[in-house]
Amino acid sequence: MASTIRVRATATGDTTEVQALIQHPMDTGLVKDAQGQIIPAHFIQQLTFEHNGKTVFLANWGTAVSKDPYVKFSFKGANKGDDLRISWVDNKGATDNTTAKIQ
Amino acid sequence: MFRTILCPAFAALAAAALACVAASAIAASDKADPKTNAGINPVADATAFRKFFTDKFPKVKLEEFVNGPYSMDEDLHKQWEEKEQFAPYEFALETGKDMFSTPFRNGKTYADCFPNGGIGIRQNYPYFDEKEGKVVTLELALNRCREANSEAPYSYVKDEMASLTAYMAFTSRSKPMDIRIPNDPRALEAYENGKRYFYTRRGQLNFSCATCHVQSPGEHIRAEILAPALGILNAMPIYRSEWSGMGTTSRRFITCNSQTRAVPLEPQSDEYRDVEYFLSYVANGLPISGPGARP
Amino acid sequence: MSATMSMIRNMMISAVLLTSGAWPARAASEADYKTALAAAEAAEKEAGQLRNKWTTTETELAAAKKAAAAGDFDGAIRAAREADALAKASIFQATSEKERWKDMEIR
Repeated sequence: MASTIRVRATATGDTTEVQALIQHPMDTGLVKDAQGQIIPAHFIQQLTFEHNGKTVFLANWGTAVSKDPYVKFSFKGANKGDDLRISWVDNKGATDNTTAKIQ
Repeated sequence: MFRTILCPAFAALAAAALACVAASAIAASDKADPKTNAGINPVADATAFRKFFTDKFPKVKLEEFVNGPYSMDEDLHKQWEEKEQFAPYEFALETGKDMFSTPFRNGKTYADCFPNGGIGIRQNYPYFDEKEGKVVTLELALNRCREANSEAPYSYVKDEMASLTAYMAFTSRSKPMDIRIPNDPRALEAYENGKRYFYTRRGQLNFSCATCHVQSPGEHIRAEILAPALGILNAMPIYRSEWSGMGTTSRRFITCNSQTRAVPLEPQSDEYRDVEYFLSYVANGLPISGPGARP
Repeated sequence: MSATMSMIRNMMISAVLLTSGAWPARAASEADYKTALAAAEAAEKEAGQLRNKWTTTETELAAAKKAAAAGDFDGAIRAAREADALAKASIFQATSEKERWKDMEIR
């Protein structure tokens, strides 16, 4: 199955800029469907970016984050060619992860 | 000459409306003769249309108008450029590509229905079908392709149609819009009908498409910045942050109608097909920028 | 006539007016509602033929029916009359826009 995570990491000097787009419904549990039934809450609870085994970005999310979230951040200490591992867990226990090379 | 008559939003009383009519100047009638279409001049219209917007926004390059609100506001443009690096329509685009290449149950594909296998042809839609005597839009053509191959048609306002048209638009990116109006009185009438629809006020708020997109591009409507009408369909279909999802041209026409408190027509109604024809024609030469992202 | 007598006379006149139904604020009947609704629906139908219905007209019609179902005929008639006015305004808009659209046209 295709990954839900699209990521681009670019190193300039000692700073690496990371952008990620994650495919996820991020349902709040407050919206009703066409039949009037509540669409149950379904959202990413934890999103982790790791470099060399160290967590460089950790997000604890709730229902306030919109569908298909986009994340952008920078961190120091990585080099071109290094691996960046991204993983998420949602409230239903589903997970996904991917590893990208820093360019 | 372009005249503006701003009338107050319609109250429930016809009396207010009457006062409004009395106060406005009625333009000299240039009613088109349906037999000879005397008076319908799409070339002159398109020239005037383009000149209106380039005069109003001399700093905006012609091809930039297709970026809608981003061509009107520098800060918004910067945010959009950043977002385009990781465009929110990417998922729909991928889905659309998969859908397009997946055969129907009978083994045929969308490619069998379209010229050039459906690749790089979006800029030719809508076109006037002389056999049918009506305007055919891309969305309509896609559903007809499905039905011709015993597949159920897609809703014009939901994700599937948006994904398919996103892919087809993508294969035409940067190609200039290229709408033809054949020398056929019915085609000219359809064009004129679309033009009329565009400028006609509707809904309790008494707005026409022109009220926002000709009179007020670059200005705010609540928290949104209005797009100019020139090239407004070139970015379709669009991922709208407001919708948290992708939307077709049909969806946009319908939501615009209800926002003026007009009861929307059925998707792909004659009026919608014709207004899409008009808006696309006056944008001839401007690049296809779809699929797009909007606030 | 003494002050007391004219006062009594005025009260009696009021009483007669009230009971005779000449007082404008009497309770509305279902028949009145049905008439008002029929007029509103006919106007909305015409607006539909002109392909120019307003969402607010539809909302008022629905409100009228809902009020009537709950037995509130005063409210139902108010809503039906509002719907009628809105529908008529939408018809006026459609017919006048047949020429007036040209005022907005870029030429």
